[in-house]
Amino acid sequence: MLELQNISYTVTDDGKNKEIIRDVSLKLEDDKFYVITGPNGGGKSTLARLISGIVKPDSGKILFDGKDITDMSITDRARNGISFAFQQPVRFKGITVKDLITLAAGDMSTADACAYLSEVGLCARDYINREVNASLSGGELKRIEIAVTMARSSKLTVFDEPEAGIDLWSFNNLIKVFDRLHDKLHGCIVIISHQERIINIADELILIAGGRVTKTGSKEEVMPLINSGNWAVDSCDKLNI
Amino acid sequence: MNNMDNIQKRLLEEVADLHEIPEGAYNIRSNGEGAGRRSTEHIEITTKTDKPGIDIHIKDNTVRESVHIPVIISQTGLTESVYNDFFIGENCDVTIIAGCGIHNCGTQKSEHDGIHTFLVGKNSRVRYVEKHYGEGDGRGEVVLNPQTIVHLAENSYLEMDTVQIKGVDSTIRTTRGDVADNATLIVKEKIMTHGTQHAETDFIVDLNGVNSGTHLVSRSVAKENSTQMFRSNIRGNNACNGHSECDAIIMDNGKVAAVPELEANCVDASLIHEAAIGKIAGEQLTKLMSLGLTEEEAVEMIVNGFLK
Repeated sequence: MLELQNISYTVTDDGKNKEIIRDVSLKLEDDKFYVITGPNGGGKSTLARLISGIVKPDSGKILFDGKDITDMSITDRARNGISFAFQQPVRFKGITVKDLITLAAGDMSTADACAYLSEVGLCARDYINREVNASLSGGELKRIEIAVTMARSSKLTVFDEPEAGIDLWSFNNLIKVFDRLHDKLHGCIVIISHQERIINIADELILIAGGRVTKTGSKEEVMPLINSGNWAVDSCDKLNI
Repeated sequence: MNNMDNIQKRLLEEVADLHEIPEGAYNIRSNGEGAGRRSTEHIEITTKTDKPGIDIHIKDNTVRESVHIPVIISQTGLTESVYNDFFIGENCDVTIIAGCGIHNCGTQKSEHDGIHTFLVGKNSRVRYVEKHYGEGDGRGEVVLNPQTIVHLAENSYLEMDTVQIKGVDSTIRTTRGDVADNATLIVKEKIMTHGTQHAETDFIVDLNGVNSGTHLVSRSVAKENSTQMFRSNIRGNNACNGHSECDAIIMDNGKVAAVPELEANCVDASLIHEAAIGKIAGEQLTKLMSLGLTEEEAVEMIVNGFLK
């Protein structure tokens, strides 16, 4: 499905080079549910942006279904079956929820696409004609982002901290939503999350700290490392603080 | 209307969505002359005797009726100023659809300056829709300078929707309003300029009455080398609420200036102005591209939504 080969990515901050992703290699398989976790600033969101094409790596290769997509645009990656739900959804003046859902759903009927709104706890009738603008709360916007991304029914879907800004009541439903999506899609789902309850439904965990993949494996294999907190110490050591 | 050629018919469609003779009262002006008129039981249209233009008298208690007054020009070099005065009685609820379409394929300037005055009676509601459109492959300029003057009596309401999306080289849009007790004036304008076009908007609204209000909203897109200027002045002369909002997207070498002015002449006046000018946010493009659109398609969707 998706393979990252020796990916590195550096940004320049205040004239200094900062390596955000360091020689990351990963293989994600079809029909699997991955959770990427790790400390803040460890490189998780950057990895998602590299996968969706928003940023390009300095070195390394990205293969999708065996095809090299390293230099492929965001648009072409989307058309080839990669979806990405932003951590901080974007607001648009004048563009409605319906516009985004219809765009995402492609051939799907609007009625079917609207079902995704219901799944994330929004009454389609109340929201479908709303503009995706500042009149929506952060939580509403986040749920719309999740619904729009789900409507694409892609081979690979990446959600960047979908639980952020969502209330506890909706969060319980969100877990069920991802579970159902996994059953339905038979694609690969990647969720960046810190939430143990999302971690619990993962087939595989990927622990990222200091720009590196520190550990991959089942919950049983990775959780002890997370709970011990050793990975955070490693990260500090690398910065020589 | 039956005597019109295809260009004239298309202009009519663009500015008034008219494919055939409209229902209700109407007056169609084509190349400086009357091309059709109908008065109704409650709405009377008469020709002015002292200057070009018409008077539209709407009787008290006229509800759910409409007036269409489109103007079309397909003759190059025609310059005209037309005065249309609306006398709207009390307790009315009417829709007025105006608009001007110019097709200029010659080398001379074609200009239409429509001066519309509304006297809105007590407790009346008016929806005024105005669309401006220009086309033509000649070098002649298309110039439209609409003036709208609104006098709102107690407890009345006027909402003006004005759109200029295409083909007008130069425009100065002037709106003046005075608003009495419990009356409200809403103005929504949408403008898109391209090439070397120039558009200016100039609002002055006097909120004279107790609980009077106004809401001016301008959304515009300036592309290529076009320029726009937005001026607004809301004068709060009583306990009132005034709000103006200028929201503009600039692209290529487009330039937009906003000069808002608020004048509170009463301690109970509450006046707000908001202005935001900038290019399309990169994250908006990225989001739409991540849903499968190309960058050009994403720009189009954002601009269309913004001006919808």
